[in-house]
Amino acid sequence: MDTGTPLVEMKNISIAFGGIHAVENVSVDLFAGEVVALVGHNGAGKSTLIKILSGAYKRDAGTILINGEEAQINNPRDAKKYGIETIYQTLALADNVDAAANLFLGRELRTAWGTLDDVAMESETRKVMGRLNPRFQRFKDPVSNLSGGQRQTVAIARAIYFNARILIMDEPTAALGPQEAAQVGDLVRQLKTEGLGIFLISHDIHDVFDLADRVVVMKNGQVVGTASTADVTEDDVLGMIILGKCPPGAIPGPGALQIAA
Amino acid sequence: MTDVTSHALSKKAAAVNSSLPQRLLRATELDTRMLGMVGALAVIWIGFHIVSGGLFLTPRNLWNLSVQSASVAIMSTGMVLVIVTRNIDLSVGSLLGFVGMVMGVTQTEILPQWLGFGHLAIWIAAILVGVALGALIGAMQGYIIAYLAVPSFIVTLGGLLVWRGAAWWVTSGRTVAPLDATYRLMGGGPDGAIGAFWSWVVGLIACVALLLMLANGRKQRRKFHFPLRPVWAESLLAVMGCAFILGAVAVANSYPWPSAIVRRYATENNITVPEGGLFIAHGIAIPVLIAVGVGVVMTFLANRTRFGRYVFAIGGNPEAAVLAGINTRWVTMKVFILMGALVGISSAISTARLNAATNAMGTLDELLVIAAAVIGGTSLGGGIGTIAGAMIGAVLMQSLASGMILLGVDTPLQNIVVGIVLVVAVWLDTLYRKRVK
Repeated sequence: MDTGTPLVEMKNISIAFGGIHAVENVSVDLFAGEVVALVGHNGAGKSTLIKILSGAYKRDAGTILINGEEAQINNPRDAKKYGIETIYQTLALADNVDAAANLFLGRELRTAWGTLDDVAMESETRKVMGRLNPRFQRFKDPVSNLSGGQRQTVAIARAIYFNARILIMDEPTAALGPQEAAQVGDLVRQLKTEGLGIFLISHDIHDVFDLADRVVVMKNGQVVGTASTADVTEDDVLGMIILGKCPPGAIPGPGALQIAA
Repeated sequence: MTDVTSHALSKKAAAVNSSLPQRLLRATELDTRMLGMVGALAVIWIGFHIVSGGLFLTPRNLWNLSVQSASVAIMSTGMVLVIVTRNIDLSVGSLLGFVGMVMGVTQTEILPQWLGFGHLAIWIAAILVGVALGALIGAMQGYIIAYLAVPSFIVTLGGLLVWRGAAWWVTSGRTVAPLDATYRLMGGGPDGAIGAFWSWVVGLIACVALLLMLANGRKQRRKFHFPLRPVWAESLLAVMGCAFILGAVAVANSYPWPSAIVRRYATENNITVPEGGLFIAHGIAIPVLIAVGVGVVMTFLANRTRFGRYVFAIGGNPEAAVLAGINTRWVTMKVFILMGALVGISSAISTARLNAATNAMGTLDELLVIAAAVIGGTSLGGGIGTIAGAMIGAVLMQSLASGMILLGVDTPLQNIVVGIVLVVAVWLDTLYRKRVK
């Protein structure tokens, strides 16, 4: 799998907010058909890092390569042009409008007159939602009236509808019950076989070992280490998260605990 | 309408068990909230009619009511979008005064120098100046709000003081009057109405447009195999809509010109006035026509364009809008530009109606406009509101005011009543929203 050009390569990324280095000199990569999990404590810099990739934040330093070519990502629209779609932890839905309006937000279908083509958008929404959640029927309701799982489905539908090549999932199962979480897991595996690259942020270490091919551990804005999930145990990863201690099976990063030699 | 989920099964069951009005509502898909407002308006009208001994629901009073509501109604359509984006505009009243003064000076002192008095281009130029100035000032305030991130409350509170002061400076406080004769038509009055024939024409065009809209909606739904409204419901909507439009025209057409104006008109056109007097109808007033036109355009903008969709998305969740790639700052600025332009139009109507521009014009209008929007169901929390609701809100406020004047209620008591109605209306609305959820 490590052969060829990575789909995404983020090199030496740094960003600071008012003197706090939220992300410091972080390098990660992602291949097509691969799931890379980003793990770490709250405030470790995971969400900030992926928000740089999705264009929500502008990095202070570092480069982003998509398919080996340098990408200019300065805002969310840029990121979407590169086929990067994001499912945010907060879902980022406009609560007062319906599922179709959210799915196409920023990319509305329009009629020949330049007006919104609501009927076509609803029709497309019915198709994609039908695939993800066949029982979903509340197309006319504002999404604030939907359940947590249904809202999550809308957010996922939005991410996959536009033929994403790179999918970022920030805590995709945090708001879900066990059954819905399992559905999301199935979806991740399915998208993986379709050749998407997926960054998965999760607190659930079981999820990570269940779904991810590799795991990147962050602590205090730095990478502790990167490992293939086959080469390390759950306890190893917990040690990386909590202590910053890099086990033998992992490639240490700049944030790894330096053992006094 | 407690059950808004559309599970096919439960829907069928409900349709069997529910009463006739409920079935009617579901089949026609009418907004119950809007119906409630129309109902409240009807109660107020009928109440005033009874208490005033039959003075309120007369063609004359309704016609005047429509003209008096126009200015605030136009501004309230813009205020809806401002409030939906979680902003507020406190400067519209002062801005109306300032723009009015500039338009007054433009048409009475500047343009006649070049074009001569009474030139036909003057009124158009004056309006263009007003709308452009309003839009420019709106752009300036919008820029400060959107790009410099100063809260809109502060920026427009500053604007409230600045533009009222500026209105004074234009002529050092002198009232500008009289205004251009053609310009004055925008204010209404016997001349500023389009007469019986053209009113019927407008009414018929509106009916045809309504029918086409319903037909097109049905065609679109069929194309994508969505559930259709039953034919009887569609027909009912069409008949009710047309009846309302033609009824309004009929009312406007049964308000005759005053006899003195008829006599003047008769002598000017060499018509002999018959024994019982000549009946010449006002027809729809031009300011009302403008207001309805603005309402239609604004509804289109809000519901059928990307801009409108973004306005509501920003109001619902600003962060989500940014993450979806919407340029929220530019959209916010555009909302304020639109608000400014609408103030320009309202200002033209207000000055034309008074046949003068004064520096105090529009004082406290900002509060009436905000109240109209809020009574019309716009949520100050952002994200919720309709153009039609705000316009009905404006008519409702004006109905209260003119009804109380008809009854001879003292001004202080009028204010007390309007204030209480505002609070009660918003309270009822929050109750309604909780129940719907």
